[in-house]
Amino acid sequence: MRRAISNRAFILGFVVVLFILLASLPLLASQYAVILLTSVFMYIIITVSWTMFSGPTGYISLAPAAFFGVGVYTSALLGLSLPLPAVIGIGGLGSFCLALLVGALTLRLKGIYFVMFTFGLVELLLHFIIWWEVNITGTTGRMVPTVSNTTVYYLMLTVFTVLMFTTYFIRRSKYGLALQSIGEEEEAAAHTGINVTALKIITFAVSAFFMGAAGAIMATRWTYIDPRIAFNPLLSFMPVLMAIFGGMGQLYGPIIGAAIFTYLEEFLITRFPYHYMLIFGIIMVLAIVYLPDGVVGLLQKLWKRIPGRKHADT
Amino acid sequence: MTPIISPGSSSNIDSQKRGIVIAMVKILDVVIAGLLMGGIYALIAVGLSLQYGVARVLNIAHGEFIMLGAFITWWLYTHGINPLFSLAFSGPIIFIIGALLYRTLFTRLRTSAASPAAYEGTSMLACFALLFIIQNVAILIWGADIKGYSYLAFPVDFWGAKFAANRLVTLGFAIMLGLVFYLFLARARLGKAIRAAAQDPATAGLMGVNINQVLALCFGLGALMAGLGGSLISMSYKIQPTMGLEYTIIALIVIVLGGLGSIPGSFIGGFLLGLVGSIVTSIEPGLSLVAYYFIFMLMLLVKPTGILGK
Repeated sequence: MRRAISNRAFILGFVVVLFILLASLPLLASQYAVILLTSVFMYIIITVSWTMFSGPTGYISLAPAAFFGVGVYTSALLGLSLPLPAVIGIGGLGSFCLALLVGALTLRLKGIYFVMFTFGLVELLLHFIIWWEVNITGTTGRMVPTVSNTTVYYLMLTVFTVLMFTTYFIRRSKYGLALQSIGEEEEAAAHTGINVTALKIITFAVSAFFMGAAGAIMATRWTYIDPRIAFNPLLSFMPVLMAIFGGMGQLYGPIIGAAIFTYLEEFLITRFPYHYMLIFGIIMVLAIVYLPDGVVGLLQKLWKRIPGRKHADT
Repeated sequence: MTPIISPGSSSNIDSQKRGIVIAMVKILDVVIAGLLMGGIYALIAVGLSLQYGVARVLNIAHGEFIMLGAFITWWLYTHGINPLFSLAFSGPIIFIIGALLYRTLFTRLRTSAASPAAYEGTSMLACFALLFIIQNVAILIWGADIKGYSYLAFPVDFWGAKFAANRLVTLGFAIMLGLVFYLFLARARLGKAIRAAAQDPATAGLMGVNINQVLALCFGLGALMAGLGGSLISMSYKIQPTMGLEYTIIALIVIVLGGLGSIPGSFIGGFLLGLVGSIVTSIEPGLSLVAYYFIFMLMLLVKPTGILGK
């Protein structure tokens, strides 16, 4: 018991030190590191918020690109007329509302039908906005007012921190337990008195909020956006892969997965500009085949193999 | 499409008649164009339906097999081989690729998955990775440019509506292939094994069906249909290595419309979608894809099991 408490204090101390380090990073490190870490945080936010809903419930959502894109377009439409924090909030709320609507319509769909619907949603929005921009507004892309790299970094860090607290508390609360039981056996969960539908919709919408906020921030760094950048289907699949690569069993699994994958992507783009997608695809296949429980699962397995550590507290 | 009134004609009725004729031709134009497109949609959807319906792989990389078929045909054409004749090459090559992929990658995923639902998830992601790999290998081999060739491009007249002959050949082949495949499933011994595996893989295995082989065969046949579809597409449309995803999505929409795992459903869904696309294109060209998704999502909400689904 004593050990557990000291463990917890250790983790808390570690998190605080890490946070201070991350917060002071722009003062210490190069511009490149700041930009790279912004991308890392963007992917972490999308992956962790994806896992918030899809991890425990087992509903594979391919809609992240839709929610992200809503945030990006909010930034493009309102960036000039409103202060940035308000834009980010509205971007998040826009995604939240879209997710409420989509959730209310679709969360009774089971398994593969839910996957298809969410995938279709991204493409529907993409093609509708392309049509709208070409025929109604007469533009293809839009400019987004820019801010400094450091500001973008701090905004991402803020959203990330809020997201981590939210995720932590959901996991620890009775709602997290309820979500878990929905994933195990939905009917049984309903019979124990959980309002299954409401809980699913709300969690789906909360996770969408963070994706929208990340999109609104990221748009300011891209300066020019068009529908294909904003609603890139890649952004729907990446969080799924990153979460699986990291391991969904633990809170830090998706973070590790997203961080490694983003760095890997960046590394491959600079080193192998012509073959990076190919190499990336091969790495994805290898990760899916050889790391079914993710990096965290692998580490836990290795940890357990150390002699005398058979009953380790993981 | 306003009726042309020649300056000499004084009769109002005459011009009205001509207006009706033009409107009829216009409708015929739209309907035939829809059917021609629908044939291709149906063919590629049959492949995807088989892969998901039996092998339980939601093949996001389906379009990449279509692209491979299209490029193999184009490549053989540049070496002087007749596109229709090249169907005999592109089909088997892609069948082998598909079956090998299933025997190596997907069989491994299937046997190590905790549950059928988990397998559906991981196999879909593996397909997404395959999409990257196949697409980029194709770019390395053939380059990223748009390619095309002209084959049987002379027009054929249908009571005033004109269509390129290659599109009619495409439709004919699509229907023929669908029919052959349907008969294979319904009559052949192997077809029976496939249907048994679709209903209950475990029991089919107990009844002496070599389940791994049958599932690999199904995945391979799905890839074969995609490849043949791609070869036919290359005869009338421009092709490029990144063309796959659009066709994958269309095939997905068609199988949801027709009902997962049903071949007649795929054909009904394919022709329906082709018609819708053609009608919407004639009114507002930019909105055809939006209309597809709209129908797709509506169908998922109203009757996710599709028109012919149980």
